[in-house]
Amino acid sequence: MKLTLKIWRQGGKYKGEFVTYSLDDINEHMSFLEMLDVLNERLIRQKEEPIAFEHDCREGICGSCSMVINGRPHGPLKGTTTCQLHMRHFRDGDTIVIEPFRAKAFPVIRDLVVDRSAFDRIIQAGGYISVNTGQAPEANSIPIEKEVASRAFDAAACIGCGACVAACPNASAMLFTAAKVSHLALLPQGQVERKRRVLRMVAQMDKEGFGRCSNVRACEAECPKEISVSHIARMNREYLFAAVASETLA
Amino acid sequence: MNWFSRFIVSSIGQKFVMALTGLFLILFLAVHLAGNLQLLRSDGGEAFNTYAHFMTTSPLIKAISYTLYAAILLHTVQGLILWRYNRAARGPVRYAVSYSRPEERPARNMAWIGIIIFVFILIHLSQFWYQMHWGELEMKEYPSYPHKVKDLYSLVSFTYKNPAMVLFYVVCMGVVGVHLWHGFWSAFHTLGLGHRKYVPVIRFVGMAYAIVIPLLFAIIPIIIYFRSE
Repeated sequence: MKLTLKIWRQGGKYKGEFVTYSLDDINEHMSFLEMLDVLNERLIRQKEEPIAFEHDCREGICGSCSMVINGRPHGPLKGTTTCQLHMRHFRDGDTIVIEPFRAKAFPVIRDLVVDRSAFDRIIQAGGYISVNTGQAPEANSIPIEKEVASRAFDAAACIGCGACVAACPNASAMLFTAAKVSHLALLPQGQVERKRRVLRMVAQMDKEGFGRCSNVRACEAECPKEISVSHIARMNREYLFAAVASETLA
Repeated sequence: MNWFSRFIVSSIGQKFVMALTGLFLILFLAVHLAGNLQLLRSDGGEAFNTYAHFMTTSPLIKAISYTLYAAILLHTVQGLILWRYNRAARGPVRYAVSYSRPEERPARNMAWIGIIIFVFILIHLSQFWYQMHWGELEMKEYPSYPHKVKDLYSLVSFTYKNPAMVLFYVVCMGVVGVHLWHGFWSAFHTLGLGHRKYVPVIRFVGMAYAIVIPLLFAIIPIIIYFRSE
């Protein structure tokens, strides 16, 4: 395959600009990241600075990929991370524009690498449960209805990649935060901090400078784990109960 | 900050303000339409004029109308604040390639659509509401009504004999329809009612409302334009 890549370069000698690269020996069975590896090997051989991009597991579960391909986080394929996207989904001769996730709360570190530690701080604010220390409790001692467990698991499938923020026209982190709030609010183990959790996680999300959700649902369409916006409605519900109806202050 | 201030300035609190004022305005549209439909009765404007008199003099309606003015302003101002904040949240560099699905278009353009509607409301108020309250309108007497009432009916009929005014009104109703297409469902979702039991119903009613209400509003000036008087 022959491809033209327009890639955002920032850091080192690049102030923040698109640089065009031509590739003509791409195998259609390569993953998108392998295609970038080929380009980087060439750049290294030419004594050029390779393109910085984040990757870890390369099997769609770590949430490290953070690039926007032709305007879409993780590229054109539904329910797929960039590492699981293969070059056969592009055509010979295509021009592909690759940008980092764009959000004030996700500043660019270098090229296609963005700082997503805002998500870590949202989790630290309330994405945990209280358990007694000592021996691990017997897994089946608390019965959980199958349907509830499944719904909680759908939310727990979130890999925290930030594609929701990247896809949202408002750079809102509602789908991420809602997935975490939903996951724990649905399960008995999450009940202890249920009200405080939603108040604190939303407060932290706001503090990080993410935009406000306007129910566009681009997040749901681009989420590699296809997490539903119904979790956002649940978080709204949780938040209204906690902030207005409950005695919990913060 | 106390708990209420914290809630109302939070991201979800601000959306809550948009949803509540939006739902109030949605409800108002139905009431307004019921009043407007009386323009179509061929009774020399009696039903419409006496209704308009009641709407400008009843103390209860007065209280509700102040709530309505407040709702329009709050919805507009809060909407603009959110729009500005959300644009800034994208960061210093915007995407070189933008992608959106057709079904997202109304939602992505709510701010622009809202500004057009706000301008329409200002023009609409200056044309009829201002004239009804402070303008020089002729007084009309109906045998079955105890006293004379202002003839708003004739002003409306005269205004919509102008094809440009009819076109402007019809186009604006189309814009209102697009705003409702997203707003109706979105308000319920924000209030936490995005529930799999209710979502299909809310979606259906929202889409029907977004089509039927603006359509009925738009038909009235067209009928006025074509009817002979």
